[in-house]
Amino acid sequence: MVSQAAPTAAKAVLHTVTRLAGSMHSGSLLAAGGSSPSPLWYATRATGVVALLLLTAAVALGVAGLARVDVPALPRVVRSALHRNVSLLALAFVCVHVITTVLDPFTSISIVSAIVPFSSGYRPLWLGLGAIALDLLLAVIVTSLLRSRLPYRGWHAVHWLAYASWPVALWHGLGTGTDSRLPWLLLLDAVCVLVVAGAVLWRLRLADNGGVRLAGMIATSAFVLATIVFVAVGPLQHGWAKRAGTPGPGAAQLTHAQVTPERAGHSGGSS
Amino acid sequence: MTQHQSGVPRARGAGTGRLTSSWHPAGRAATLREHTACYGPLPQLTGRPRRELIDQVATGGLTGRGGAGFPTATKLRAVASGRGRPVVVANGMESEPASEKDQALLARSPHLVLDGIAMAAEAVGATEAHLCLARTRDWLVDSVLAAQAERQRAGLDRVPVAVHALPHHYVSSAETALVRWLNGGEAKPASTPPRPFERGVRKRPTLIDNAETLAHLALIGRYGGAWFRRAGRADATGTMLTTVTGSVARPGVYEVEAGLPVGEVLALAGLDAASEAVLIGGYFGTWHDLRRVTDLPLSAAGLRQVGGSPGAGVLVALPPGACGLAEAARILRYLASQSAQQCGPCIFGLPAIADDLTQLAAIRPDGDPLARLRRRLPVIAGRGACHHPDGAVRMAASALTAFAADADAHAHGRSCRAAIRGREGFDQQCRSGQRPDDADRRDTEQFWDHDRRRAGAQFWREGSRRSATSDVRWDAGPQRTALLPVPRPFAEGDWR
Amino acid sequence: MTLKVRIDRTACTGHGLCADLLPELIELDEWGYPIIVDSVPPGLTAHTRRAVSACPALALRLAREPRQHEHR
Repeated sequence: MVSQAAPTAAKAVLHTVTRLAGSMHSGSLLAAGGSSPSPLWYATRATGVVALLLLTAAVALGVAGLARVDVPALPRVVRSALHRNVSLLALAFVCVHVITTVLDPFTSISIVSAIVPFSSGYRPLWLGLGAIALDLLLAVIVTSLLRSRLPYRGWHAVHWLAYASWPVALWHGLGTGTDSRLPWLLLLDAVCVLVVAGAVLWRLRLADNGGVRLAGMIATSAFVLATIVFVAVGPLQHGWAKRAGTPGPGAAQLTHAQVTPERAGHSGGSS
Repeated sequence: MTQHQSGVPRARGAGTGRLTSSWHPAGRAATLREHTACYGPLPQLTGRPRRELIDQVATGGLTGRGGAGFPTATKLRAVASGRGRPVVVANGMESEPASEKDQALLARSPHLVLDGIAMAAEAVGATEAHLCLARTRDWLVDSVLAAQAERQRAGLDRVPVAVHALPHHYVSSAETALVRWLNGGEAKPASTPPRPFERGVRKRPTLIDNAETLAHLALIGRYGGAWFRRAGRADATGTMLTTVTGSVARPGVYEVEAGLPVGEVLALAGLDAASEAVLIGGYFGTWHDLRRVTDLPLSAAGLRQVGGSPGAGVLVALPPGACGLAEAARILRYLASQSAQQCGPCIFGLPAIADDLTQLAAIRPDGDPLARLRRRLPVIAGRGACHHPDGAVRMAASALTAFAADADAHAHGRSCRAAIRGREGFDQQCRSGQRPDDADRRDTEQFWDHDRRRAGAQFWREGSRRSATSDVRWDAGPQRTALLPVPRPFAEGDWR
Repeated sequence: MTLKVRIDRTACTGHGLCADLLPELIELDEWGYPIIVDSVPPGLTAHTRRAVSACPALALRLAREPRQHEHR
């Protein structure tokens, strides 16, 4: 039993991994009408994920990292600098993410639609969220770089937009992302949500005002719930790509591939 | 042995003194006609070179009567030579609870102050003037507006004076608080630089003078600086208004020559012979053993040697049966509650030392309050945007000095001298621990609560770390040991 | 003329980064607010600039002042 279970389990894992790899390949293969996928497409997806992780880290550091607690290993100055540098790194990855998307021939997304929300032909709503997230992030970072030249209250008000840019970026990823259904990516998304929600709830603990604390907790919980519901009803469902607004003939194949990953995996010539 | 000029009457009330010459016995305001009959008409201002008036002020040696004692001529010159058209602001707020002189002056001879504003405006070249009063004193605002109406009918003032009623907190009468409010903000002190005389109301050089200072200016403009010098001493010229309260038979506002010995001023008001201590300068002032200061002149130079200053001319005699530490603790709690809540050392430091002094006074120590006080007092002063914490610290430190024996007794669990002398009911008051007047404590707590709610706007200041309001209980003792009414702290939102 | 660190006391909310970066000149009181101990010696100018720019509330500034002013 035990001895039989181990090889069976190993086989199952291998099978799953193959399916995952296959499903990642298949969509783009079929959609491109059989031509090989552009490396830019993979770069877009990869940098998008990394950017989200970095943004999550930056937001968590900003919310909870600058609290008045003494962590000997990480003095406040270090946490403050870390917040700044991780934010800049996140912006760098977002820029690469945008550039590779624009240059990629698979989808015709122009640079304009990366900045002006809801103006693209490809999944306009979800891509538009990405544009919004980019705009907000740029506002936060540019004002922070110019902090000493701006009035403090103006800077502080803009900095609060970070609370908007992160959830927008998350939902952009869930809605636009080709890989949203992948278990490991869902896991990553869940970790990001837990980290930010945890940081916000911890910070709320220190609030003076009971009303603000309550409102914050409700908002955080509502957001987490809404995200779970959205994922269940949206990207995890069949036909999401079409519902999200993926244009062109490739959409049918994409849908088809996502519906039957096994067949796609086999026909994709996995080696 | 008096070195000052005599011959200037010094009794309170009508018909004597310089500023008090026109004060009506019944207490009502002097009309414009009475004012003109007493002092003569307002001198023709236009056409006179500005420098002339400022020179007269310099000759007279007039210094500010609002507490700081800054040479008025220097301030006038600084504002007159600033960049932009100057603005004149008359400070009639008088938020020092122990002082009543400005209210008395504005109520009884408003035309003196309004004359002073007109002359100051002429001296610095201002085309805009403001008079700031406390909005809790409607009666005063009405009185001043009535006087202003008289002047308008007579076509007197070339520069219009806008009368304002400001929120009335202790710190709202600071110069930068007035400027901030006039600029549309809250009546809270602001950081300097820039100082108001450089950039104040709408970024223009702003002259801010106490109402009494301007009243003296009005007389210098009529009679000259040499006349002004004839009263007072060489280092403290002219006359000054003083508010004398506490254990005196005739509390009130007195006009005296500057530099009159403290003992003589108190004697004017009928000091209780058994009194042993006096608070000079008000809640912002210092406590002194009466024997040490009774012969010292009531002037900046005279009191500097004992670490005091006349301030706004406030003298409060401590009743013989009262515990100086208890009164000082009460005042300190009031001052702590009146912080504008802008600077950390004031927000956290003042309640902490108020707690410590309360524990010491009530002989209910939590640890060693005296040691904590000695450690904290030097650290808090000088680290706020305004001088509110400095004044509170100075008052507390002077109490520890003036009542050193009592502090020692309390620290060792013994009653102080006042109690030992068997004053009626006082031993019980000191020993049993004392409860602040319930309304007083409730108001203070409400004030902090308001502040915690307001902390919604300061949400990201990472929680509250202020020390708990003292839960030391006080007995409401015999009324005569309660010195002065401690005004209730004001509800939040009342800063605009 | 010496270089001094000046604090806008209304802006300071007691984050304490300045004391971390410049312990030679800045100490914290028991409530976490800075006490400036001294004026800036020549060797610490760079560190002082870093401390000034690190303040999250932008409450610090460098000022060149005549030697005799003593505020904290």
